[in-house]
Amino acid sequence: MTTPKHLRTLLLGAATCAAAGLAFYACSATTGGANLASGDAASKVYVPPGQYDQYYAFLSGGYNGQIGVYGLPSGRLLKFVSVFSQNPETGWGYNEETKPMLQTSFGSIPWDDTHHPELSQTDGVPDGRWLFINANNTPRVARVDLTTFETTEILQIPNSAGGHASPFTTPDTKYIVSATRFSVPMHNADVAISSYKQNFKGTVSFIRADQPGRMDIAFQILMPGYNYDLGHAGKGPSDGWFFFTTYNTEQAYEKLELNASQNDKDFMAAVNYRAAEQCIAQGKGKSVPADYFHNVVDEKSHQARSERKTSVTTLDPTACPGVVYFLPTPKSPHGVDVDPSGEYMVAGGKLATVIPVHSFTKMQKAIADKAFDGEEYGIPVLKYGATIAGEVQKPGLGPLHTEFDGKGNAYTSMFISSEIVKWKLGTWEVLDRMPVYYSVGHLMIPGGDSKKPWGQYVLSLNKITKDRYLPTGPELSQSAQLIDISGNKMKMLLDFPTIGEPHYAQALPAELIRNKQVKFYRLAENSHPSVVKAESEGGITRSGKRVDIKMAAIRSHFAPDNLEGVQLGDTVYFHVTNIEQDWDIVHGFAVQGAENAELIMAPGATRTLKWVPKATGVYPFYCTDFCSALHQEMQGYVRVSPAGSNVALMANVSRKAQAQMASAAANRKDDSHEQHKPAGKER
Amino acid sequence: MTRLSRLLVGTAALLLALLYVLPLWHVRLVAPQYPEGLGMHIHIASVQGATETDLNNINNLNHYIGMQRIESDAIPELKIMPWLVGALVAGGLLVAAVAKRRMLYAWTGGFAVLGVAGLVDFWRWEYDYGHNLDLEAAIIKIPGMSYQPPLIGSKQLLNFTATSWPASGGIAAGLAFALGVVAVVLTVRARRAERSPCIPAPAAPTMPTADPLFARTA
Repeated sequence: MTTPKHLRTLLLGAATCAAAGLAFYACSATTGGANLASGDAASKVYVPPGQYDQYYAFLSGGYNGQIGVYGLPSGRLLKFVSVFSQNPETGWGYNEETKPMLQTSFGSIPWDDTHHPELSQTDGVPDGRWLFINANNTPRVARVDLTTFETTEILQIPNSAGGHASPFTTPDTKYIVSATRFSVPMHNADVAISSYKQNFKGTVSFIRADQPGRMDIAFQILMPGYNYDLGHAGKGPSDGWFFFTTYNTEQAYEKLELNASQNDKDFMAAVNYRAAEQCIAQGKGKSVPADYFHNVVDEKSHQARSERKTSVTTLDPTACPGVVYFLPTPKSPHGVDVDPSGEYMVAGGKLATVIPVHSFTKMQKAIADKAFDGEEYGIPVLKYGATIAGEVQKPGLGPLHTEFDGKGNAYTSMFISSEIVKWKLGTWEVLDRMPVYYSVGHLMIPGGDSKKPWGQYVLSLNKITKDRYLPTGPELSQSAQLIDISGNKMKMLLDFPTIGEPHYAQALPAELIRNKQVKFYRLAENSHPSVVKAESEGGITRSGKRVDIKMAAIRSHFAPDNLEGVQLGDTVYFHVTNIEQDWDIVHGFAVQGAENAELIMAPGATRTLKWVPKATGVYPFYCTDFCSALHQEMQGYVRVSPAGSNVALMANVSRKAQAQMASAAANRKDDSHEQHKPAGKER
Repeated sequence: MTRLSRLLVGTAALLLALLYVLPLWHVRLVAPQYPEGLGMHIHIASVQGATETDLNNINNLNHYIGMQRIESDAIPELKIMPWLVGALVAGGLLVAAVAKRRMLYAWTGGFAVLGVAGLVDFWRWEYDYGHNLDLEAAIIKIPGMSYQPPLIGSKQLLNFTATSWPASGGIAAGLAFALGVVAVVLTVRARRAERSPCIPAPAAPTMPTADPLFARTA
């Protein structure tokens, strides 16, 4: 007979077993339940070898400061575009040509935080010319040329901190915007933080963006000291307006988590930028001193140059009535998204229990009727009831962003309840829900913020992946999930980890850019001061303590590939030109002991590596990009002698260079010979 | 010469004139790393790449096997050919104008000789490029391997499949020659008919009736 104690042990054991079993079951049930892909999902995302994806998708890299380019529906990573962060893989920000791109008024900054890629538009539709992206930490905007997938231009934004509401475009890409997320004292003034209400200001900058290489701040509108979070341009009837969300209308400067979450409603700011243009034209703007940089890559020389700018035009909205209105919006709204028709402005009130939707028509009427509820810092506040078109009831928790499918439906990301909710414009009824894993931030429908969405997929951009993939220690990747929205019900298709945190993304049909890709840079047009266009043009020169080496890279050698006469204490610049004119034939260059990175040269491009040898000896250099069958032989040596050594400067001459020199000499002889011939002979 | 023959020869001469614009021959090279292919167009006065960079890229690749650079300046025939073609064009037009039977025969015969000589010469250049390698500079050396591209058709040369065909100009020239031959045949027949007017022209041979079995399987 068992004693009660034994019985207890037994029971306890059984209970433990049962609990363990349940847990196991529950666990597998969770995993199974989370596998929501519908039966034919695999075939919908499978792109067979040799075939192309339907869409290019551009996902911000978040705190890696770059952009990831993916194909959809496969989710395959196609390219990593270097923008605001140094990238040793490509030499971006390390080589002499691209160092100026990272120049700011604070000096050279090797890192930033990208949030919002934005495709250029024509008539409110993505056109595939450029992609813009913001730097959040040291506010800047960048232009990426979609024929080369290279960053070509970066503009710093003065009087701004936290360039978050950026770089959203107007329907014609005349302007992209940048609003300050953190209000700050203007002109870097040294004031007490507690003087926030008196001294801190927000700014909304309109940046001229339709002329490549010439981005410039057209004007900055001075705003009350709130936090400006996100923005989107109007379109159609609301063309000419820009809408921004604000939070912290409490104007807290400490413990914002609590103190900025007090008001039931914050504001959506409606900015009539055409009216602002008129005021500027009437001389109501004010040019004030400012310190910021504009960095541009020269198309022909492949070299970036920096220009320091010293003033910016600001506009005080009280001096220009009708330029800004505030629309009360619950509660600490995050995103503001304008539907394809341009009538509805959907706010993502992240602490709100509803999704508020403002009507542009009602807003216009409220302005005409002066349906004001007082004003803030001289800016009229419209009555909530007067502008609201409807509210989506019980949408879920933590609505952040909304995109549109062009068929009358809206899709909103719910950060807290971790789902995407589909609802109908006009009736505001919730139609469908799709759980996403986990904590979705932005979501993206190709063209889903434009006049004509390609409403086939929605991509959920998730912050947390926990148990979704094989675990990789305490830090896990972020992820994207592809959902089919072509039918009435959303269907989960694919789940893939991303490189960096994808805040927002943009996508467009591949055919808009696929066929205009540059395959190589024309060597004949390369105007780099240290270019070599033939092997015979390579060589080594000294100017004081500076040694310049010009070198050609072509399958499978460098010319020259033996260099002597460098001395300790010299600063050496290797100018390497890839003289190939063939697609995807890229060469690299690395020299032992270089304190920066490698060079990667696209065909036809010149890149320069600065090298300060620290000891005498002979240093090998080699090609780092497996270019050809004799890639392993693509190497050379540079000799470093003691300072004051009498080793002469020497660069050897390749066989081909010899032939080129001989032929050039022969041609010269021919030419001089021909000068004596009778004129009129055509060649 | 009949009116038709004159028309044919005149047309043939004009077709030949297209050689000043259109390429005579086309060599295409495709490899796993070159799915888009590299191409060479042989014109009467030059060798050109199918794109502006193709010829240079072909030459750069050829350095691995020690092949001489293919350059128009190195091929003297390219300086002569435009004159020969010009002579053929002028001759054809002359034949059409003066309508002399013997001139037609001479012209067509000359055309045939030049055509054959041209093909032989082309083959000889291909042989030279394919065999006369600079073995000291060659990086890839395979004993007994030659790199002669085919005159017509396809051939595997290391990782490249080389395919060579007459290009639009070459086809035009072939057509011109065919027109010349037809003109000759018509002229010969017309002359025979003139000489023996009583004998009727033989009926055109009828096609053999199709084998029903063959027809089914085809």
